[in-house]
Amino acid sequence: MSALLEVDDLRVTFGSTAAVRGIALKVEKGETHCLVGESGCGKSVTSLAVMGLLAKGGKREVARLSFAGDDIRDYDEKRMSHLRGDRMAMIFQEPMTSLNPAYTVGSQMTEVLRRHRGTPRTQAVDRAVQLLTRVGITAPGLRLGQFPHQLSGGLRQRVMIAMALMCDPELLIADEPTTALDVTVQAQILRLLAELQKDLGLGILLITHDLGIVARVADRVSVMYAGEVVESAPTAELFRAPRHPYTRGLLSCVPVPGKVKRDEPLGSIPGVVPRIPPGFIGCAFKERCSYAEAACASPLPRRYIGPAHEMLCILPEGSGA
Amino acid sequence: MSTPAIEVWGLRREFRASQGLFAPPRRVVAVDDVSFSVPAGSVLGVVGESGCGKTTLARMILGLLEPSGGEVLVDGKRLVGMDRLARARLIQPVFQDPFSSLNPRRRVRDIIAMPLVAQGNVTTSEIGRRVAESLERVGLSTEQGTRFPSQLSGGQRQRVAIARALVLRPRIVVCDEPTSALDVSVQAQILNLLAELRRDLGLTYIFISHNLAVVEHVASEVAVMYLGRIVEKRESEALFRDPRHPYTRALLGSVLTPEPGLGVPDVGLGDIMPDPANIPPGCRFHPRCPACFAPCAATGPRITSLEDGLVECHLAG
Repeated sequence: MSALLEVDDLRVTFGSTAAVRGIALKVEKGETHCLVGESGCGKSVTSLAVMGLLAKGGKREVARLSFAGDDIRDYDEKRMSHLRGDRMAMIFQEPMTSLNPAYTVGSQMTEVLRRHRGTPRTQAVDRAVQLLTRVGITAPGLRLGQFPHQLSGGLRQRVMIAMALMCDPELLIADEPTTALDVTVQAQILRLLAELQKDLGLGILLITHDLGIVARVADRVSVMYAGEVVESAPTAELFRAPRHPYTRGLLSCVPVPGKVKRDEPLGSIPGVVPRIPPGFIGCAFKERCSYAEAACASPLPRRYIGPAHEMLCILPEGSGA
Repeated sequence: MSTPAIEVWGLRREFRASQGLFAPPRRVVAVDDVSFSVPAGSVLGVVGESGCGKTTLARMILGLLEPSGGEVLVDGKRLVGMDRLARARLIQPVFQDPFSSLNPRRRVRDIIAMPLVAQGNVTTSEIGRRVAESLERVGLSTEQGTRFPSQLSGGQRQRVAIARALVLRPRIVVCDEPTSALDVSVQAQILNLLAELRRDLGLTYIFISHNLAVVEHVASEVAVMYLGRIVEKRESEALFRDPRHPYTRALLGSVLTPEPGLGVPDVGLGDIMPDPANIPPGCRFHPRCPACFAPCAATGPRITSLEDGLVECHLAG
């Protein structure tokens, strides 16, 4: 059986910048796949490219793009818009900017169903009430009549999640869904997502910069750097035995309570993320990497270092770590 | 114990929130009777959720906002009502967002020179020398000093903000979420820089952050704020090892450390969100508190002194 979402050799360029450079990823039914990386690494562009939502000027090339077994690579805007919000849904980082401030929660939630399914209004309202209850909102009837600005950040994100679930999606793409929230609310929202996933068998593509979130919710992790997936592995394995120097650097930067002593410097990665022009060859990380050598300027092989663990680096087995 | 570099006594700030044309305005108490002192050369971390008053507190300490009551003393001198230029020589800010806190139309070296220029009695050559010294301290090159903020990365811009804060050689730096807008690898660079500067220059920090892991890494003492009050203030190591207030416990429990397999914790705080315009009677945390019992709704808890700090909770008494 094919995976829920399969992407192979996805490339996105904006003018003279290559934002995504040949990445492959899969999301299985019921699985959470995390794309993790720093700002500008191309993780959000990847999700937008999958959804067919690239901004003007963005050029997408992809060898394979399939959703639930259907090849959606050549879908036009009309067919994609039938999929979006229906079988594949999205939630974004800042719920205030993705909800329309001029419409009530109720009218925005029911619009999804009425538009995609032609469901009558009363039935759509029932479904909205049911889902708001499901995401832990008390007094859903009251919330339906309210405007987004009358809700707290946590409530808004719950509304976004409920809205994304209106049409029973199979795939949920969540781009930094908890970044704007307090830690206490973040924990609640992530628990909710995990529960929903278990109950509904959702496949989730979760985009985040937070390695703590990755560790706690992901089944599989792909680490992105400068438009490429530099390492991909099952979560436990990636944290236990990170192999790519960038992954290792990233993990050493995170202060872990009880692990890093006070007044001891944190690990850090020197330098900044480079801008990569189209046609770039070799390792994009080599300027910041302490293991870099001449061969890093040549095309890199994608290597399997475990049954499900791959990386984009020439470092020999067992070195460095 | 060294002498306190900064002392805060009973600091309080109210806002009036308009409720529409004809309704009487509501009183919002953003900071309510906050006191602490920070010994010279150490770091006080201030943590809490959004709306807990930590930024209002920072703005009052910096003199950007008039307190409704209370005192701020730096080296024993009253800060409230002090001349702006004198105050700037004692205490300086580093803000969260290096994109909006730097003037986009000025060159880096002019941004850094601004506090010196404003002092009015510093010679041009002295300004040049001090700016160069500041740039070097934060790891920026002379060439980078000639650029505009838009030509720098987020981490470099935050270095500029730090250089600007240091150019007057202040005693105290108030850092309000200094790394929240940065990527983790850059955050680590900035935290390491701040630690190095504190050691080399004997600076005292008030370090405000919602990121508890970062606060644990930098702070010697931590104050936990909830709806305008400090509900627990302890030595950092003690607070993270043995939090006493139920709110501190929930906050620490919500931190997602990069340890796979542990799942997402249930913090047990329920769905009620704290609203500074509508502070509950009794203990202000009681509607969300998993350990709430009869007296909590009726009377506010008193401050209990501990060996290594204080906590404001009926259970700690």
